[in-house]
Amino acid sequence: MLIDCPYCGERLSEEFTILGDATKQRPAGSAASDMDAWYDYVFLRDNPKGRHREYWQHTGGCRAWLVVDRDTLTHQVYGVTAARDLGA
Amino acid sequence: MRYSVFSLLRNALSGHRHWPPAWREPNPKPDYDVVIVGGGGHGLSTAYYLAREHDIRNVAVLEKSWLGSGNIGRNTTIIRSNYLLPGNNPFYEFSLKLWEGLEQDFNFNAMVSQRGIVNLFHSDAQRDAAARRGNAMRLHGVDAELLDRDGVRRILPFLDFHNGRFPIMGGLLQRRGGTVRHDAVAWGYARGADSRGVDIIQNCEVTGIRIEDGRAVGVETTKGYIGCRKLALAAAGNSTDLTNMAGLKLPIESHVLQAFVTEGLKPYLDMVVTFGMGHFYMSQSDKGGLVFGGDIDGYNSYARRGNMPTVEHVIEGGVALIPGLSRIRVLRSWGGIMDMSMDGSPIIDATPVDGLYLNCGWCYGGFKATPASGWCFAHLIATGQTHKLAAAYRLDRFRRGATIDERGAGAQPNLH
Repeated sequence: MLIDCPYCGERLSEEFTILGDATKQRPAGSAASDMDAWYDYVFLRDNPKGRHREYWQHTGGCRAWLVVDRDTLTHQVYGVTAARDLGA
Repeated sequence: MRYSVFSLLRNALSGHRHWPPAWREPNPKPDYDVVIVGGGGHGLSTAYYLAREHDIRNVAVLEKSWLGSGNIGRNTTIIRSNYLLPGNNPFYEFSLKLWEGLEQDFNFNAMVSQRGIVNLFHSDAQRDAAARRGNAMRLHGVDAELLDRDGVRRILPFLDFHNGRFPIMGGLLQRRGGTVRHDAVAWGYARGADSRGVDIIQNCEVTGIRIEDGRAVGVETTKGYIGCRKLALAAAGNSTDLTNMAGLKLPIESHVLQAFVTEGLKPYLDMVVTFGMGHFYMSQSDKGGLVFGGDIDGYNSYARRGNMPTVEHVIEGGVALIPGLSRIRVLRSWGGIMDMSMDGSPIIDATPVDGLYLNCGWCYGGFKATPASGWCFAHLIATGQTHKLAAAYRLDRFRRGATIDERGAGAQPNLH
């Protein structure tokens, strides 16, 4: 699996560390009424069979956080964007 | 027909040409009392115990491919009950006890071999953890022995005892652990369930779940609509695919785990050994191949094949433990899709949808749990009550903060 880092170019996936699902949004509040949102954020996943947006960090390179659009069925990488450019 | 030495002799005399098929290949009926989705170990054992323990025989097991094509035939065949936490240990010990009587119970040779499993430790801290785990096991009535370095050397002399970086200081031994021929587990449960009237329907993929008034009433499949009074999901890595059809999100991600087998060797390793400084576990099959595995690849995947960095990582771990491995050729590697739950522990529970039951989240510890998982799931489906051994495996435990963190690593989907 190759990941095309926007800063370093195409590199082997073992240079990168995955964090996971990039579609989860951290809840703003921490009141008791926000617990459902936290439960969803921490535990629940769409786990799609197909395209999946996920955070990877180029730990063996420039250390930038990236959002990788990747297919979980074929491992094909469709696109890589620096997470900072997405405001993520 | 019962398998016995007499049936073997009788069939030998006729050249083994008249053995009946071990199970039927029925067409689906319009409806069933219980439909189980997933013809793997857990689905088949659930059907078997529904029929045998609860006399519920109007049951179908739907398998999208051929029987046992998923993780039941892809694992590294290890059974053990060396768990630490109270929510886990009695369950896995019950499973091990079922393994011990399984072949007589379902009249099929699953080659259950209690050859022992040793988990090595390589530091004082790991020794403390192993001693604590061993003590917890013994308090639950499970066998455990703490071996020192010489004790390990006596049983596994070919390990690298001169490794300066990862010195072998001892191991936690469970003599009742071991291996089972995994395909035969699927076949044995399938035959046992089929002979009690369960319909096992292969090449029948579920494409939709029909819900009426908040109740699961049937499934759309590639062989048409099949109605049911109760619907039970045991689909491992494809669990979220199914629950999505019912509008239910799960605390699960699907990941690929690879396993490997080497060329056949003379008897070399007569037990299961695990490396404490890398994730590596190995045994020798009865054909002679060394069967081993390591970590999941670490990214979401439904591909049933992994990538080379993990292959390299696993084999590096193996060679660090057993230098002699470097001369042995790997014959095959393959992948299976694990239903990785967010705390590393399974889910056996009813769902918010009436009549819909869930068995998933086995991460990559599902094989050893096959008998107890089926036992407890069948109990839940038949009685509507959670079995006491599965009391901790509730779906709502994540929301309640009652996660079962066997590894002590927190909520993330790449635990084992």
